[in-house]
Amino acid sequence: MLNISGLKEGIVLDHIKAGKSMEIYRHLGLDKIDSQVAIIKNARSNKMGRKDIIKIEGSLEEIDLDVLGFIDHNITVNIIRDNKIVEKKTLSLPRKITNVLYCKNPRCITSIEQELPHVFFLSDEAGQTYRCLYCEERYGQSH
Amino acid sequence: MRHLLSPLDFTVEELERLMNLARDIETNREKYAHTCEGKKLATLFYEPSTRTRLSFESAMLSLGGSVLGFSSAASSSASKGESVSDTLRMISCYADICAIRHPKEGAAYVGAQAASIPVINAGDGGHQHPTQTLTDLMTIRSLKGRLSNMTVGLCGDLKFGRTVHSLIGALVRYPGIRFVLISPRELRIPDYTRENVLEAAHIPYEEVTSLDEAMPKLDILYMTRVQRERFFSEDEYLRMKDCYILDKNKMSLAKEDMLVLHPLPRVNEISVEVDDDPRAVYFRQVQYGVYIRMALILTLLNMDIEGGKSC
Repeated sequence: MLNISGLKEGIVLDHIKAGKSMEIYRHLGLDKIDSQVAIIKNARSNKMGRKDIIKIEGSLEEIDLDVLGFIDHNITVNIIRDNKIVEKKTLSLPRKITNVLYCKNPRCITSIEQELPHVFFLSDEAGQTYRCLYCEERYGQSH
Repeated sequence: MRHLLSPLDFTVEELERLMNLARDIETNREKYAHTCEGKKLATLFYEPSTRTRLSFESAMLSLGGSVLGFSSAASSSASKGESVSDTLRMISCYADICAIRHPKEGAAYVGAQAASIPVINAGDGGHQHPTQTLTDLMTIRSLKGRLSNMTVGLCGDLKFGRTVHSLIGALVRYPGIRFVLISPRELRIPDYTRENVLEAAHIPYEEVTSLDEAMPKLDILYMTRVQRERFFSEDEYLRMKDCYILDKNKMSLAKEDMLVLHPLPRVNEISVEVDDDPRAVYFRQVQYGVYIRMALILTLLNMDIEGGKSC
């Protein structure tokens, strides 16, 4: 059993689908912060069999929960203060995400106007389908 | 402020009011001849389009307003690299309403976010062309007296034709609509239209390859052009192309009150011998396009017309 020390103050991202932790590490920009970050891959889980966990020391000014929700809305976000979990946040699929996905449709207005934000909206919750706000191209269709 | 970016931006009730206003315009042209005096329509056409641009200009001039604009990207500041947003901010200082056509999808939406005047999407790439859909609905409603309880045949290129997708999306909101989708297998409607629009709304439809067999069932036949470049083999294209030329023989199989619509331009998919058939209404459709655009301009400008009811 691998031991990682507990957090006095910080954030624990739990129940990450096994193998997804590095994607989340990149999307949250954790490579750019000075705090200690622990990535635990393939931890044993009664609920999931295997899971990933990310522990981030200190208080992050802002964690983009929308990005997390988009990547995996089953992740649990635990806020730790004085060695205790003071808040548990559950995630849902965000209605809209900005500059996380990039539209690759060559006919989209974003292909020629570089300053436009790339915005995708949730067009079908059951199917977890996102479409470009401008051209309505489905994420994954031409990506 | 209201824009028109997609055919579904108006509810069925709002569409009713819009078409009632267009109907009133059709029968009382004089009453509306000066309603937009002092108002200016900007036509921002980043790609050439004869019919749509002239239809908008004709509509505004018929309302007593005036028109300014450009008819190609080369003659606009886009050639200097100006963004759509900046152009729309600038045009908002010059005009009261604008119609924009752009080759890129979503351009009208981007423009509407920046504009302080109503923006009408006059076509954004292969995405939306809402005033064509309003024209199609207006034509059917005017000549059939209803938009419900009919069998609508859509023929030709159903895969890439944006007018077809928009018309299906608009018609499924009315009761009793059935579709007969007539196309080669290669040009059938996209899966998302079949699943997210037709099947999601439980609309009865059939997909067939023979126009002859479909003809007797139809109340409306909406023709589109089969494009050579969509086919891998020339032989296949020629075989399909010949299947979908509407001529007198095929018209003889149709009901006496069936209507033939086409978004135009036609190439050879409707034989000129059909033009004299009273059921061929594609040129009347052009006229209805002007009336519905007049009604749209009045509505988006919030013009209070006595007797006419804008949205």
